[in-house]
Amino acid sequence: MEAPLLHLALVGTPNSGKTSLFNALTGSRQKVANYPGVTVERKEGFFVTPAGRQVSLVDLPGTYSLRGRSPDEEITRDMVLGRTPGEAVPDLILCVADATNLRLTIRLLLELKNTGRPMMLVLNMFDIAARRGVSVDVPKLSEALGVPVVTSIAVRKGGIAELLRRTDEIAAQEQTPAGPNRWQPLTASQLRATQREADRIINSAVTLPAKPDTWTAQIDAVVLHPVAGLFILALILFLMFQAVFAWAQPLMELLSSAFDALGQFVHDTLPEGLLQSFLQNGVISGVGSVIVFLPQIIIIFLFILLLEDFGYMARAAFLMDRIMGGAGLHGRAFIPLLSSFACAIPGIMATRVIDNRRDRLTTILIAPLMTCSARIPVYTLIISAFIPDRDVWGWFNLRGLVLFGLYAAGITSALGVSFLVKFFMLRDYAPAPFMLELPDYKLPRLKSIAIGVYTRAKMFLQRAGTTIFSMMVLIWFLASFPTAPAGAEGPAINYSLAAIIGKAIEPLLAPLGFNWQIAVALIPGMAAREVAVAALGTVYAIEGGKEAADQIGHVLATKWSLATALSLLVWYIFAPQCASTLAVIRRETGGWRWMAVTFFYMLALAYLASLATYNIAVALGAG
Amino acid sequence: MSEQTDIRTSQPLGLAKRGYSGVIQRLAVADAASALAGHELESRLIELGFVEGARVEVLHEGIVGRDPIAVRVENVTIALRRREAMAIIVA
Repeated sequence: MEAPLLHLALVGTPNSGKTSLFNALTGSRQKVANYPGVTVERKEGFFVTPAGRQVSLVDLPGTYSLRGRSPDEEITRDMVLGRTPGEAVPDLILCVADATNLRLTIRLLLELKNTGRPMMLVLNMFDIAARRGVSVDVPKLSEALGVPVVTSIAVRKGGIAELLRRTDEIAAQEQTPAGPNRWQPLTASQLRATQREADRIINSAVTLPAKPDTWTAQIDAVVLHPVAGLFILALILFLMFQAVFAWAQPLMELLSSAFDALGQFVHDTLPEGLLQSFLQNGVISGVGSVIVFLPQIIIIFLFILLLEDFGYMARAAFLMDRIMGGAGLHGRAFIPLLSSFACAIPGIMATRVIDNRRDRLTTILIAPLMTCSARIPVYTLIISAFIPDRDVWGWFNLRGLVLFGLYAAGITSALGVSFLVKFFMLRDYAPAPFMLELPDYKLPRLKSIAIGVYTRAKMFLQRAGTTIFSMMVLIWFLASFPTAPAGAEGPAINYSLAAIIGKAIEPLLAPLGFNWQIAVALIPGMAAREVAVAALGTVYAIEGGKEAADQIGHVLATKWSLATALSLLVWYIFAPQCASTLAVIRRETGGWRWMAVTFFYMLALAYLASLATYNIAVALGAG
Repeated sequence: MSEQTDIRTSQPLGLAKRGYSGVIQRLAVADAASALAGHELESRLIELGFVEGARVEVLHEGIVGRDPIAVRVENVTIALRRREAMAIIVA
């Protein structure tokens, strides 16, 4: 009979190298989902031990204790205690420690022991510890702690062999009986006593070098320098945006022409008619127009994961804490807001690192104002159609300046909204504490990063394949039916459902200078902002659905006034044009209320700003 | 007067300058004007390793109001604001 699936759970403090160990054990056999009812990421992976035992490994959110002061930490506590409905109680807990930094993990482990679950301590990054002169008497440590201790080097081939072997041994012992659960939330004095006990055990079994890591000290001397540090942070951000725009360009063009070629192939192969139109204009051009952004998504996540793995993200939060505090934001909000430049969805999900609810809410409210990558196609299209490509003041490109201005407008308005929230809505409250471990720097683990980027890319493609695909089918349908009556004049789309809907909304949007075609494009743009570009293409019935973006641009340049174009650009800075973001806000805040607040404040901002832009532009003669 | 006693006056870590190093004497959470309730602040400080007897050193300061500070606690570096560091009495 085959042995049942062995359930393992990884527990550890933040920065303990848990994720790299998880990646080393499971490789790409990972499933990322959410725990039911909460938006805590549930990461499960699978592997087979040398003895052939099937293992399921869950990577639990990092925590310093089992008190559970955030949704993430509650998951860790409940999973360990076997309280999560529908989740197996772990057969074995792998408590992961950074071997160079045992103090806080050993304290956590002593607390975990109270739960009575079978446990093993994994001293990860053992090679780095040895190089720094940390020497651990493993048998002695194991005896003092009363749990098996293994060493591992997650980044090296064969570095987890001992861990696998011991897992087999423990599994073969046929149920190390779980002890009774004696865990209760610790009081401050119990915590203190546990930390003392941990320090005593470490003193007896571990010899620490006299000096801290010199690399980290030397890098921090520059990177955390009040002036040089901020300069370096700005430089890193600049490099990141440069990479997103410049480096991704060739790949995006390649993808774009591949989809064009595919569309052309369908056009040439199939007979003219509904099926041909559906495949070429609906499916290939629609989905293609979104998949084109894959290189940008990959690059921005590559940067974020690299910086995080290196240990820089915590430093960025340190540098920005007081500066952002001026606008009522928490230093930890920096990372979520930075991620929001890729996409507000991971950004909003990343606000889970902020454990104060009000700080978290403020960050969630403004995250959608950060210019996400889905706005880029809309911006690029309109800018290239309406803004002349010329230099100003010698070396600035006018188009680049406009794009920069759009980003700046997003950031400024986000800070402004945050300030207003702090001032009016959450006035009577002192700022939540900022306490964060600054981990020692580590060389990024390339395999681990590759797996992380791969997971994000896969999620993006799944979204493109489901939500965006179905919206494109819908917009194609609306733009194609009902068909024009025989002998009708003008393009067929004028008789379609899309035109009927667009004309119905048009009066509302007319003060902003929007015509019915724009109104129609804004509706599927709710599914994903970038879809508006493809939708405009479909609506304007450009030959071949989606040729190069230039061609849509030509059409727009003849059909719209400059005032309309500027108004639409401004609309896109503010408008809550993304159903997925709103859905995530609802899930993260646990109700409709904050989703509604976000939707209406952004809509109001967008409407007023576009109204102002259009009227000023018309008054200046751009109508 | 006793000859060069090394007994330094105790002070809150929140007032320490960059380069200061000392040993934690006690936690006085009532002294810190933190947004957290006293016991919560105390628990969090302990979880990050701020217990009596631990050696601390102020490594870095932020640019605005020399805040927050990065503190080496034994062999871990923790960033925190001076407001919360007021609860840590060092000497």
